[in-house]
Amino acid sequence: MAKSEFAHLKERFDYLTERESADHLAVNCPADQLVELCTALRDELGYDLLLDVTAVDWDAQSPRFTGIYHLLSTTKHEYLRIAVDCADSIHPSLPSLCGLYAAANWHERETYDLMGIHYEGHPDLRRILMWDEYPYHPLRKDFPLAGIETPFPADDVAESTNAKVLPAPMAGGPFVSSADGPMSQTEPRARDESWNEQKEKPVE
Amino acid sequence: MQNTNVAYDSKVEGEVIVTQADAVINWIRKHSVWPMPMGLACCAIELMAAGGARFDISRFGMEVMRFSPRQADCMIVAGTVTYKMAEVVRRIYEQMAEPKWVVAMGACASTGGMYRSYATLQGVDRIVPVDVYISGCPPRPEALLDAMIKLQDKIGRERSVKNLTARNAEPAEAELAGAGKES
Repeated sequence: MAKSEFAHLKERFDYLTERESADHLAVNCPADQLVELCTALRDELGYDLLLDVTAVDWDAQSPRFTGIYHLLSTTKHEYLRIAVDCADSIHPSLPSLCGLYAAANWHERETYDLMGIHYEGHPDLRRILMWDEYPYHPLRKDFPLAGIETPFPADDVAESTNAKVLPAPMAGGPFVSSADGPMSQTEPRARDESWNEQKEKPVE
Repeated sequence: MQNTNVAYDSKVEGEVIVTQADAVINWIRKHSVWPMPMGLACCAIELMAAGGARFDISRFGMEVMRFSPRQADCMIVAGTVTYKMAEVVRRIYEQMAEPKWVVAMGACASTGGMYRSYATLQGVDRIVPVDVYISGCPPRPEALLDAMIKLQDKIGRERSVKNLTARNAEPAEAELAGAGKES
């Protein structure tokens, strides 16, 4: 089923290649054809809903970033995943889909915020989750989960409280709640409590 | 009211009670706490339950939840405080009139809880002075009520008159003194 669907797409858009997928049809698309592809998918093939815009950071590989788009056809009830590699690994950028799908606006802002991918043609590409002055893109592979020390978002509050954005203490993490036992005993706690900030982690 | 706070002898004084200014002021304050629900996450749902008829926070004289900091004197920080929100929490705290108290409700507000991450403030006591911490994820309404009763006890022990005069004399120092409130 999916195969014939891809063959159908390939016939129309010869630059597509099929992408390995565990669920729905997935295709690779070159960045400069993305808007053309999505316009046709939306207007002629019924993919009228943009469900998700995200990205993958492949760390040391090149190209490092791949933008991912999930489309749904509300008439055919079919999903389609489009993957687009960013040619530039240092300053990754992709064309914006804001002109096609209104939903792309905030999704692209989120992907820009957390992954640092610039969407060319986006009307208002600001951070959406972190504050405007935040210097990093936290979902990149080289960013530690605990965070990096940065100035507090508001200068006057920082001055009156001496607060800073500090790396979170990660000793004993990850912090999870167990599924067993009564609720009173399943509050989130460290998996490994043999060490903490005061007590060194035992060497194995 | 405890015996140390009031003396009454009908034979000697008739209809007169002898007490201390601190005791009277604290008695008034602690039975009329006006909380400000700083609801930031799921703890706020338990906070709402505490405000409802079943758990009934009004039994303790603190049902007047006000959504304006200018009309409240106890901020209940219920939920995860992100760094982006921390600024707002501090500003709202600053807008509350003295005397004011802060309750950190739940693991997240107290310590960052399970959110050991780049985005979460690791305890609201880094930006505002906290009077009572509540454990739990989220705490049950009973835990909140228990904390509020503890806060009442704490208000009852305050040196209100002394704090008032100290605040008038040196406002800057009183501000700092707030940050190191005894627990």
